[in-house]
This record gives sequence, structure tokens and C-alpha cells, in this order.
Amino acid sequence: MHERFANAYDPFVIPYMIGFVFVIAYLIVALCYVVKSLPMSDKKKMVKHLFSYKIFITVKDIFADCLLHVKIWKKNKMLGYMHASIAFGWFMLIVVGHIEIFFYAPHRVNLPYYPIFFRYFMMETETTVGGSVFFFLMDFFLLMVLSGVALAMIKRIRRRLFGMKRTTRLKWNDQLGMYALWSIFPLRFLAESFTSHISGGSFLTRGFGMIFDWFNQFLNNDALIRPTWWAYSIALMVFFLTLPWSRFTHILSEALLIYMRNAGIRETNRNNGYASVEIYSCSRCGLCLDPCQMVAAASLLQMASVEFTRNLRWGRKADALEAASYCLMCNRCVQACPVGVNSVQLKLNLKGASVGYRYPHRYDYVEAEAARPLTTTSAWADILLGGTGTEEIGGKETALEAAGREATPEVVYFAGCMSHLTPRIEQAMKRIFSAAGVRYTFLDEDGGICCGRPLMLAGDTAGAEQLVAKNTEAILKTGAGTLVCSCPICYKIFKDTYKLEGVRVLHHAEYLLQLLEDGRITVRKSAETGVYHDPCELGRHSGVYQQPRDVLYRVLNLHTTPYDGKDALCCGHSIAAEGMPYKKRRMIAKDALRKMMEKPVDVLVTACPSCKRAFAEVGTASVKDIAEIVCEQLVWPRTTAHLQK
Amino acid sequence: MKDFGFGLKKSGVIDLDQTDWTLLREIAAEEPSFMNCFYCGTCTATCSAGKYTGFNLRRLQLLIKRGQWDEVARRIPECMLCGKCQWVCPKGVNTRHIVMLINKKLHARKIC
Amino acid sequence: MKEVIVVLGGGPAGMEAALSLAGRGYKVYLVEKTNALGGHLACWDRLFPQQEPAQDILNELVNKVRAADDRIEVVYGAELQYVKRRMRGLEVMLSNQTLLQADAVLVACGFDLFRAERKEEYGYGIYENVLTSADLERKFKERKVVCADGRTPEKVAFVHCVGSRDEKVDHTYCSKVCCVTAVKQACEIKELYPEAEVFNLYMDLRMFDRYFEQMYHKAQSHYGVHFVRGRLSEVSETIDGKILIKTEDTLLGRPMKLTVDMLVLMVGMQACAGTAELAERLDLKVSASDHFFETKDLFLRGNHTHAKGIFLAGACTGPKSLPDTLQDARSAAESIHRYLND
Repeated sequence: MHERFANAYDPFVIPYMIGFVFVIAYLIVALCYVVKSLPMSDKKKMVKHLFSYKIFITVKDIFADCLLHVKIWKKNKMLGYMHASIAFGWFMLIVVGHIEIFFYAPHRVNLPYYPIFFRYFMMETETTVGGSVFFFLMDFFLLMVLSGVALAMIKRIRRRLFGMKRTTRLKWNDQLGMYALWSIFPLRFLAESFTSHISGGSFLTRGFGMIFDWFNQFLNNDALIRPTWWAYSIALMVFFLTLPWSRFTHILSEALLIYMRNAGIRETNRNNGYASVEIYSCSRCGLCLDPCQMVAAASLLQMASVEFTRNLRWGRKADALEAASYCLMCNRCVQACPVGVNSVQLKLNLKGASVGYRYPHRYDYVEAEAARPLTTTSAWADILLGGTGTEEIGGKETALEAAGREATPEVVYFAGCMSHLTPRIEQAMKRIFSAAGVRYTFLDEDGGICCGRPLMLAGDTAGAEQLVAKNTEAILKTGAGTLVCSCPICYKIFKDTYKLEGVRVLHHAEYLLQLLEDGRITVRKSAETGVYHDPCELGRHSGVYQQPRDVLYRVLNLHTTPYDGKDALCCGHSIAAEGMPYKKRRMIAKDALRKMMEKPVDVLVTACPSCKRAFAEVGTASVKDIAEIVCEQLVWPRTTAHLQK
Repeated sequence: MKDFGFGLKKSGVIDLDQTDWTLLREIAAEEPSFMNCFYCGTCTATCSAGKYTGFNLRRLQLLIKRGQWDEVARRIPECMLCGKCQWVCPKGVNTRHIVMLINKKLHARKIC
Repeated sequence: MKEVIVVLGGGPAGMEAALSLAGRGYKVYLVEKTNALGGHLACWDRLFPQQEPAQDILNELVNKVRAADDRIEVVYGAELQYVKRRMRGLEVMLSNQTLLQADAVLVACGFDLFRAERKEEYGYGIYENVLTSADLERKFKERKVVCADGRTPEKVAFVHCVGSRDEKVDHTYCSKVCCVTAVKQACEIKELYPEAEVFNLYMDLRMFDRYFEQMYHKAQSHYGVHFVRGRLSEVSETIDGKILIKTEDTLLGRPMKLTVDMLVLMVGMQACAGTAELAERLDLKVSASDHFFETKDLFLRGNHTHAKGIFLAGACTGPKSLPDTLQDARSAAESIHRYLND
């Protein structure tokens, strides 16, 4: 191999160099901006990570996610191949291209354009085995990229082939970037083919070049060579210049996101530099569209996470805020995102920035509630004496009740605001406590203080903290070792945010399983068939999937649906979506109910008062809470049978 | 002339001719269900906060529609946003969103 | 030979229409899905506004139908299966495999009562002392108006608009008759138990028809029934089986709680269960707003459908009181008569 030109230069490298320098400058500025906006602790984490052994994991993750797109492969093979072939193929062209330079023109290593236009500047003087291997590898990876580009074009027309019902609509900036990207590799292919009778090539470029040569014998000039190299260079420049304003920014930011995430940096409650990296890492692949029920069931395409991140990126705050106020925060999109953008947290942060911190709250009235003496004793006294011990005689409490008050309850039961609107759940829990002989106190029997999660989901963390403090006080005052709640919304915040030392927090689904396993209650199995709906706050948000099923196996014939566990549908009535019109909520609930009951069963079981109401409102299907089902199937022991109403 | 002290008192009459409708219009534009209310009071009956305080969402909505913001500003910070009212509302009013919007708009006007 | 008309539904509308048509000389097949004529009327004790016994009116209608047996043939235990258009008239197939050649079909299938269980927070089906207006009417009929444990009720509350004017159950309309029925039943409770305190929890009192306003006046001035403007939010049960209800006194602007021995839910009307299916078989339109059958217009063709030869009468086109239903039935008969003689 020899260099064709002593000065190793041609004007067509200028466009490429403009783009290249621009991208490098952009990268440096952006990185500085991101790091600057991070808190000191996160900055330290970033530096520390570079010198820890975990950096190898990060390199592996970047390789797997950014180049091979492993997560997309798992969703759909065609889609995975499309993404991986372009990313990995391109990466390998760069790597092998640089190795070629080291072999054949090591003194040109410092010219950034040299590997890009290598075939133009070199000529093949003799055929060697090493040369053929390089030629083959370069042609092989070029073919890989070309096949990916071809699939990308097909995907725009036939997206169902790629397992997608919907895809993103592209604005002009994305279109420009996309057409530039699509044209880079076909142009490179043409340029290398036209030059292949000088530079040499393998099966692809030389093969096509030979066909071209045959035509060329009539024209007898190399007129097409330089224009195609020019076009190739210009395509690269356009792609690079549009990079910061197109969806393809993710090529750069995704690696940074993986690095930061592995360094232990997480979303805080404010959208800082990490959030920007997340926003820029959204490739608008559209994989979040199909899982989003707002899009699928309520034709709210503009509210999808992919549109939200776009609006956030372009500073369209009002639109982004509207999307945040519609979002159910069911986390289905977060789960589907191959890049791992936590758009739900981004929405919460946005709400927080616009709502939280500045409103005065006047929750001093909750003092009265926290100071209220505990009035609910339990059935345990009845069990001991076989009478109705909690009755009041002449306005005074009985001695038994007083004794019950002094004794520390085993369980503090917090039904939650919503459960007051589903009295069947509360009634079932009371009966189950009685049957099991549990000494409990019903903290919010007569209405109580909200748990604070609704305020948090509205972005008002400061307000929530006041309620958290009051409830913590009230719960700890009971002295009970276990907190059982019926509402997954309360459960989530009790578990994650409250500091309830020495108190186990259980949702009643978990608690029922424990009672069954400890033999404190016994049930018979009914002949009914049912499916279980995982409430978002209990399932995806808290990871409680198996316990309710273990309970239900004992009381009915539990069938599965394609929407079990992590793939559960949202009932559409999430407390997070304060802005979504009721009619749209109904559409989502109706659609979810239809999907889950596609194979008809006797009953739809859930573990959330909100989900229960949502599904009961839209149809005639029988919808029950897990506590009701267990209560119906209770085998009452003789000692407590008189408590069964 | 003898001062009977009447002149200092603000009239108790709601003067609809002088009413400022801007808050009503702004909230209705962002949350159209604000106009659905038929004042049945179910929200107030179920309200977790209303048990302890005079918080009354039905009344607050009506006060905004009559341009009487003072009481609204005084009361609105008492809402815990628990959402019970939204569940029981027979007219599908997005009550939580309305409370948030009232907060936001009054704050913007430096009233709340 | 006179033309043949198939009337679907043996309630007041179906019977009255059948009588009007028979009186004009037509042959009528009156198709009733149960084994008795009367519909909801048979379940009622006394009727507003003047406490006439429902049985008297029902008996008169049924006796007249029986007396006209040369013209009116009642088909019990059958429903419509399909209708086919023929060269002249319609071919009507019933579920008992009876094939009828008809010139017109009148749909008078009435309404269903709202299932109060759907409002779980109202406790129907959970607490024994929560009843529907229909349950209470049955108790009146049986002359046994007592609580679940046999006690005489000392405090009774009536809740208006249960399953009416409620988007949460997709019933956005007013059922028209619940207000006046609640006032009627409140007065009847006071007649039975003058010492009882009776409360009516209403949103608007729609006393639109003749003698209704006078009933309301009498309920207040003569019987001393309490009227509270507010809608129920939720109920719970006290330890002694009473019902604790939460509402707002919207006129005073303050939340209110009240313990009663008996809570009566005034359930509204909804389109009967088979409406959508029947609409498909007969090529009729159903209103997207209230799910009742759509008439051709609301003025001059209030009994016509968009399908030729098929007519509508009674509460299948929206909530109606009994007098309105009977008038609508006669008007439907007149419409069919004009259609057949045009």
C-alpha cells in the first residue's frame, strides 16, 4: 500500500473537519455544563468511578447498551438488529479503520480525517493476505451498517415488522439528521466502490466497483470519484452539525448516562445535569409509545413520555407540565425504555419545581387528629370472654375496653382515605382480624390524616413532609409492631419515606399471606375462577407481585393474563394524573378491563381501593379486593364464630 | 355630623358588576371540568380536611366564580390533596387539579 | 283483514298501546318475557301524586287486555329473536320459535332500576339497613316497614339521585321520578310512624308535574319532613347496626353527619339490559348520552324510529312517570295507525 498524495490532503475533507471539530467542542462544553450542575458529592462520585474497578462494568455496559443494544434485542430481534448493526458496524469501521492506519500509514495517525477517507488517499500496489483481511473486514462492517440503514428505512413504512404499533413522528431537525445518517453509508459505499480499482477492496466495494468499471470503459474517466467523496464528507458534516439538535445526540449522551448511573448518581428531586443527560439520551425510538395506555387507550399521543422529554429538551415548559399532569406514573414507559430514562421522575421533578417549596401549607389542624386517643380496641377481648366486650355501658367504657386500651396492639391498621369509599374492604379486614384473633387498632377508622403520597405525586414534597411527620407520630404512639395498610398508595410512602423504627410495614395482601402461613386463619378454596390485577403502586412501584398470588392460589382458581406482574396495566385512575379528564380515565379503565377479561373469568381481583373502584365504574364485571375474597372463604374457628356477622 | 360607624364597614353585598372574572377564566381554561360543578357538596362531605377545619371545596369553587378570593386564599392551604373528593364527585371534576391551580394562580397574584 | 302489530313488553306502556291498537281494530301480539303482565308497576304499592293503589291501575289494565282477547294475544315467556323485512311488512321471530307476520312492531320494553351496589360507598348490599326505593315499596306492599332486626325505624333518610346525574356510573341524566317518589315515601313513613324523623337529602327538587309541588308542601308543613340540600358521600355502620351518613348541608356550607335506622337509596332508571342488542336486531339507534333508544325527533315523531315500521313507547326512550308512559303509549298507537293508513 502506498499513499497517493504526498500532502495527504484534498479540499473535500473540509466539510468533515468542520463537523468533527464542532462535535468535539460541543462534547467538551456539554460535559462541563453537566458536571458543573451536579452537587459536589456527585462530582466526586464521577471522578472516583474512573479509578475504580467498576469502570470495567461501565465499559461492558456501554458496549452492550450503546453498541449491541442488548435490551432492544430482547424486545424484538429485527429492531435489535437494526439498532445494533448501525451502531456496532459503525464502531467497528472506526476501529478497524484506525488499525489500518497504524499498519499502513502510521505517520498519518494525527490526521483525524485520514481513517475516514483512507481509501481515497491510498492505493493498492500488491495483494497481501493482511490487506485482504482488512478489506474484507471493512466491507463486512460496511455491509452490516448498510443492512441496518435499509431496515431503518423499511421501519418507517412497515413498523409492525419490528413489533411496534406506533412510532414517533419526526420534526424537521430529526428528519435532517436522519436523512444525513441514512446517506452517509450509501455514499461511502459508492465512493469506495468507485475508487476500488485504485485503492483495492473486498467483495462488496470491489464487487460493485467492477460492475462500475465495466460502465467506466465507455466513459473512460474517473469523473465520479471525487464528487462522491465530497458528498460523503458533506453528509458527515450535516450529521455532525445537526447532532446537538437531533435525536442522535443520544449517541454521545447515552454513554455518559451509563457512566454516571454506574458511578452511583441518581435523579434527585430536581432536574439537574443528570436529568439533562437523561433527556438528551432519549433517542425517540418510540418504544415507550405502545406500553403507554394514554396513547393506546385514550388517543393522547402528545402526552407520551417521548413527547414529554422532547418538550423538556426544547424548553416548552407548559407543554411538558401538561404532559406531567396527565401522566399516570404507572412506570410502564420507564420499564420499556432501552436507555433507562426515568421520565416519571423527570415529570415529578418538573411538577415539584412548579408546585412545591413555595406554597404555604396550613396543616396545623392535623395536631388534633394526632392527639386523638385511640378508641378502637379489638375483637381480642371478645374472643377471650366470648362476649361483646367493646360495647359501651351508659356512655362509659367497659373495664374490658379499658384493659384493651392499655394493652399494646399487635397491629396498627391504616385503611387509607380511598378505602373509606370501598367499605367492603374495611369490613373484610375487620372480620379477618377478628377471625385471626389479632389485637389491632384501626388508626383512621373515623377518617384520618392523608399519608402524604398524593402531595408527593403532585410534586409537593415539603407539604408531604408535614403529613409524614404527623402520621409517624400517630403510628409510633400505638406501640404496634406491624403496620397493615389497605391502600398501595399509602403502602409505598410508608415503606419508602416514613421512618418507622421497629414497625414492619405490610400491605394487607402480604399480611394475609402471613396469617395464612402462620395458620392464624384458614380458608377453603372456591370453585370460582379469577385473574389478579397488579396495582401500579404495589407492583411496579413496590415490587409486591408474588404474595397476593400466593394468597389467591389458596382461595380460588387463579388464571394468568398477558398483563401479569411487571406488564400489569394501569386502571387509569392514578392519583398522580391530576390533569387527565375523567372521560379519558374511563377509556383507559375500560380498555384495561377488557384486555384482562379477554378470557372470561368469574372475578377480577385487585389489591387497591382505587383500582377496584375504577374497574367497577366502567363495567358489569365482578371486581373484588383480595381481602374480600379471603374473607368470603374464611373458615371461622369455633371460638370466634360468634363474631361472624 | 355624628359617625354611626357604618361608613367604614365593607358592604356585604356581592357586587357582580364589579367582579373580577380573571381567576375563573384562567382556571377554566386549564381545567375545563371546573365549570362542571353543580354544587352538590359531596366533595365537602367526604373531605379528610373538612372534618377538622372549615375547608369546603364546593364553597371555594363558588367563591372564585363570584370573584370573592379572600376566603379562598385563606382556606386553600389546608387541602391535603388526598383525592377523596375527586372519587366521589358525580360530575367528574378534577378537584385536585383545581386546588393546585388555585394555589398556583393565587400565588402568582401574591395573594396566597 | 286488519293489519297485525307486535308489541314488545307487557308493562303499562305495552298494555295501554295494545288496548289503543285493538280499539282501532288491529290484531295485536303482546310479547312479555316474564310470565305476568305489569312490569315494574306490579312491584309498586301506591302511586304519586295522590297515593292511588298501584294494584287498582294494574288490575284495570290487565282486565281490559284479557277482555280484548279476540284482538290481543298475549305471548308469555318470549323475547324477540329477529325481524326480517319482507315484500309487505315484517317477519318477526320470537325466542319460543313463534313466527309472526307483522305490519308494525312497537318496542315498549321499559327500563331497569339502577343497581345500587355499584355505588359501593353507599353500602347497599353491605349494610342490612340500607335499602333501595324499590325495596321500601315492597315493604309497604307487605305492610311491614321495619329495620333488619325488626325494630321500628325512628330515623329514616332518603337519598335522591342514586345512579342519576352521576358521571361516575355513566348516567348523566335525571331520572325524573325519584324526587317525587322520595317525597311520597317520606310522607308514607310519617303516616305509618308519626314520631319518626324523616330526612330527604336532595340536590335539586324537581317537582315539575301536576300536584307535585303540593306534595312537597304537604311533606314539609303537614308531615314535618326535613329537607337537606346535599348529596351523600359515604356511609358506615355503627356498632349497633345503625347507618352513619356523611353529607354537606350545602345551604349552610358545613359538613354534616347523621345516624339513621334506615337509609333509602332513590335508585334511578337506566336503559334495560338488552337495549343495545335489541337495537342491533331492529336496526335502531341508541343515544350515546343516556343509552336509551333514540326517537326520530323529539317533537312530531316522538314515537318513530329510524327504521320503517318500528315504533317506540314508554320508558325505553328515557325516564318517564306512569302518566307520561301511558300517554306516550296512546300516542305511539296513534302514530302506528297513521303509518298504516298513509
